[in-house]
Amino acid sequence: MILLWLLIVTVAGAIAAWVLDRWSTTASRWAALVALFADCVLLLVLWAPLRVAQRLPPGEQWIAEFDWSWIAPLGVRFHLAADGLSLLLLALTVFLGIAAVSASWTEIQARVGAFHLCLLLTLAGIIGVFTALDLFLFYFFWELMLVPMYFLIAIWGHENRVPAAIKFFLFTQGGSLLMFVAILALYFIHGRDTGVYSFDYRQWVQTEPTGTIGWWLMLGFFISFAVKLPVVGVHTWLPDAHTEAPTGGSVVLAGLLLKTGAYGLLRFALPLFPAASAEIAWPAMILGVAGILYGAFLAFAQPDAKRLVAYTSVSHLGFVLLGIYAGTNLALQGAIVILLAHGLSTGGLFIVVGALQERLHTRRLDELGGLWSSMPRMGGVAMFLALASLGLPGLANFVGEFLVLTGTFAVSPTLAAIGAIGFILSSVYSLWLIYRVFQGPQRPGVAAVDLGAREMVIFSLIIAAILWLGVYPQPVLNTARPSVESLLNSATRVQDEPGPQSQTVSFEAPAVGYDRLAQGDL
Amino acid sequence: MTLTDLSQILPLAILAAGATVGVLGIAARRSHIGTFVLTLCTLILALAMLRIPWRAGDEYVTTLIRFDGYAIFFMGLLFAAAIAVTVMAYGYMRGRDTIREEFYVLILTAMLGCAVLVSSTHFVSFFLGLELLTVSLYVLIAYSRSRQTDVEAGIKYFIPAATSSAFLLFGMALVYAQTGTMALSELAALAATRWQQANLVAFVGLGMILIGIGFKLALVPFHFWAADVYEGAPAPVTALIATASKGAIFALLLRYFGALHVEMTNPFFSVFTVVAVATMLVGNLLALLQADVKRLLAYSSIAHMGYLLVAFLAGGRLAVTAVAFYLLAYFITTLGAFGVIAALSGKERDFSGVQDYRGLVFDHPVLATMLAAMLFSLAGIPLTAGFLGKFYALLAGVRSSLWLLVLVLVASSVIGLFYYLRVIVALYQPVPAPSEAGGAVRPPASVPSGSLIGGVVLAVLLLALIWVGVYPGPVIHFIEYTVAR
Repeated sequence: MILLWLLIVTVAGAIAAWVLDRWSTTASRWAALVALFADCVLLLVLWAPLRVAQRLPPGEQWIAEFDWSWIAPLGVRFHLAADGLSLLLLALTVFLGIAAVSASWTEIQARVGAFHLCLLLTLAGIIGVFTALDLFLFYFFWELMLVPMYFLIAIWGHENRVPAAIKFFLFTQGGSLLMFVAILALYFIHGRDTGVYSFDYRQWVQTEPTGTIGWWLMLGFFISFAVKLPVVGVHTWLPDAHTEAPTGGSVVLAGLLLKTGAYGLLRFALPLFPAASAEIAWPAMILGVAGILYGAFLAFAQPDAKRLVAYTSVSHLGFVLLGIYAGTNLALQGAIVILLAHGLSTGGLFIVVGALQERLHTRRLDELGGLWSSMPRMGGVAMFLALASLGLPGLANFVGEFLVLTGTFAVSPTLAAIGAIGFILSSVYSLWLIYRVFQGPQRPGVAAVDLGAREMVIFSLIIAAILWLGVYPQPVLNTARPSVESLLNSATRVQDEPGPQSQTVSFEAPAVGYDRLAQGDL
Repeated sequence: MTLTDLSQILPLAILAAGATVGVLGIAARRSHIGTFVLTLCTLILALAMLRIPWRAGDEYVTTLIRFDGYAIFFMGLLFAAAIAVTVMAYGYMRGRDTIREEFYVLILTAMLGCAVLVSSTHFVSFFLGLELLTVSLYVLIAYSRSRQTDVEAGIKYFIPAATSSAFLLFGMALVYAQTGTMALSELAALAATRWQQANLVAFVGLGMILIGIGFKLALVPFHFWAADVYEGAPAPVTALIATASKGAIFALLLRYFGALHVEMTNPFFSVFTVVAVATMLVGNLLALLQADVKRLLAYSSIAHMGYLLVAFLAGGRLAVTAVAFYLLAYFITTLGAFGVIAALSGKERDFSGVQDYRGLVFDHPVLATMLAAMLFSLAGIPLTAGFLGKFYALLAGVRSSLWLLVLVLVASSVIGLFYYLRVIVALYQPVPAPSEAGGAVRPPASVPSGSLIGGVVLAVLLLALIWVGVYPGPVIHFIEYTVAR
């Protein structure tokens, strides 16, 4: 029921923000914030019992559930459920939602109510994606979050917003329609095999379609999630969309929308098709490594600060793809940590770039420089976020990327070694960004007001979260563990088949002691 | 013909009577609102009287007409669409100087034709219904004689439609010569048989009948008339062509050829597959090039007929449900879209260039939002009826493993999304300053020709769009109970 309330509160906040704009734009902004804080409270209510009990009873994965018949003739149900993975991503959603509203506080001046309507509806769609357990409902939310996001880019974006928005919509829609066909085919296959026509995830997990058809259906899911993630090759929408979106939109895009792709792989592509996924594990891991290197190289070459940050996402999400398909306990946990860490650090960097643009009206690196002297607070914040992004030990991204590489090493030392080059490259582009913007000679006329109190509050929260994840990630790992274990269980069903996942079980021990490892290192 | 038979066809009789009274009334005294109210009452009464044949169950009235759940569902849908068109036309015609009353009478005769079409079981009733519909449309399209585009559109519709009628008649004659029967059910049986030298004449006849139907549905390669006619005709008439005319013919096609799937090796099946693929791709690709919203909707409706063909070719009970649901969603959406266009159109010309729609949200926020919702529905985005329509078309296609058609549907709807988004984004763009627009200045806040009752109908359509899109369970139940029984 709480899950339903999460949706209702967010949608109600969206509508309230829209209506209140008629009288006062500030009221509209506050309405959005209040709704998101209410979501925070709801999430705490969900999470608190879990914290008290340390973890769920063994074998139990789901924390909260809501099930209601929706389209009875087709067996479609309004089925929401959250496990540890969902909960973590929901927390990220609400947190970044607050960050996005706050980042737009002064930037968005036109049609404020409609902006918050779109922003909160996007968040509602994302919340739906992270909790839907009925495949029809999942697709419903999956499509639904695109529409307000599209408007965010197309109406409040920068210079080339319209082409970017259309490209974003077409790419994701193309991928998701393939998934839709795969969902429908599974519906019939499952119905034929069991006699029950439904879109229920838990029933579908029991039966994997075998043979070529299973492989093709898995590919339908994989392509859809790969476009969102994005995987190299289908990533071209990302730099445009991220660059042209308003700051709040970029934060949601990078911080959350990309995560829905990873979530889809973890929740649907792997458990529904363990055997077929094992078959493409190698190509997927290679694509992941290619993404790490390619994204990093291109990030370095960008003349536009926002584009630079956008390309770093391709690189970071490459680690996620690598971790997911390496399929070991460590790698999967690492991938989940990266999802959170990347959301925080890249979201933060987008806010920095947005704040720069709002003050200086440019994002071009060659027009910036030497800003540290006039805005030391922003410089410090940006430095911290850049260090987090390059994977400095003790900060969140390091934990995730380290876990992924360690986990991958068990499967393929070569890929882990190549992936580790990403660490070097990320140092190059992150420091390059800081150097070009904040250091060097100060350019005449380029100076601006430093961060204000509102911005400092949100940045301190982001920084605190990054530090916490970097120093003491154990609560997060504990929360995610049941989900990871159930994933590994579904993978062990196909253990007898050769493939990277056959080594999953042998590598479980170190995960338990990670908190000691992380703390001992520091 | 017994008394019960007469009571069965009461809805048809009401339409005919309404048309007659309308004509006589005009002869006595012209009154725009009078004719409008008469038409509206006739349509509502006919809709209500569908209960009588519905209670009686599956009944043949003579050998020409059959009133079963299938016919009654589509009649209800068509009558409801006609009510929406009539209301739309009231606001639209009010601002015009032409004689207005006959317009409504022609809507009634067109609906009579549609109703006969969906309930026909025989060549005679089929042809009669079709001609009644087509002839009414000839006049309706060219109704505003003072506007050159209308007359041009009328001629452009007249020539292909007359040609296709000739094809149909000749085909029917050939089939009759070979088989000695005029029952439509025999036609379906014929289509399902194997090619034989001895059957050649009948097959040629069948092919010609299908060509005639293809013309009316604007399937590729018989689609070329659609864009000009959609563009030239008054917006309410365009809505009528896009919904009632196409819907009635598709219902007939589905009823008698829905069994084609039984033999996928059947040559007609292959022909239909090629036509469906071509229709989806050509419709969507040509829509990309359009700078006029009515032309764009013309190509989009061609593409939608292609999607419907996918569901149609899947065959079986699911296909019938899918087509009925798709048509329902398509009707709501198309009527809504043209309703907005009609409400915005000024006296001189229809409001249809894409540049007209730039920044519409600032002048008419409600209409702009409504149009955006309708376009999202055409694109098949969730929360709208169009999403579930597309869902059903894909569901039927996947069920029968028509992978080629399903993949083409997916690819072409991504193409389609592009041009819908182009219009939607234009709605929310700031209006260019007159200096930079260079000539293509938007007409100074054209006086919308909407009326209060028109607004009510649009609101109802929007609600229906969302209701069917969000909670379709009861609708699906109803369709399964009536159509696919």
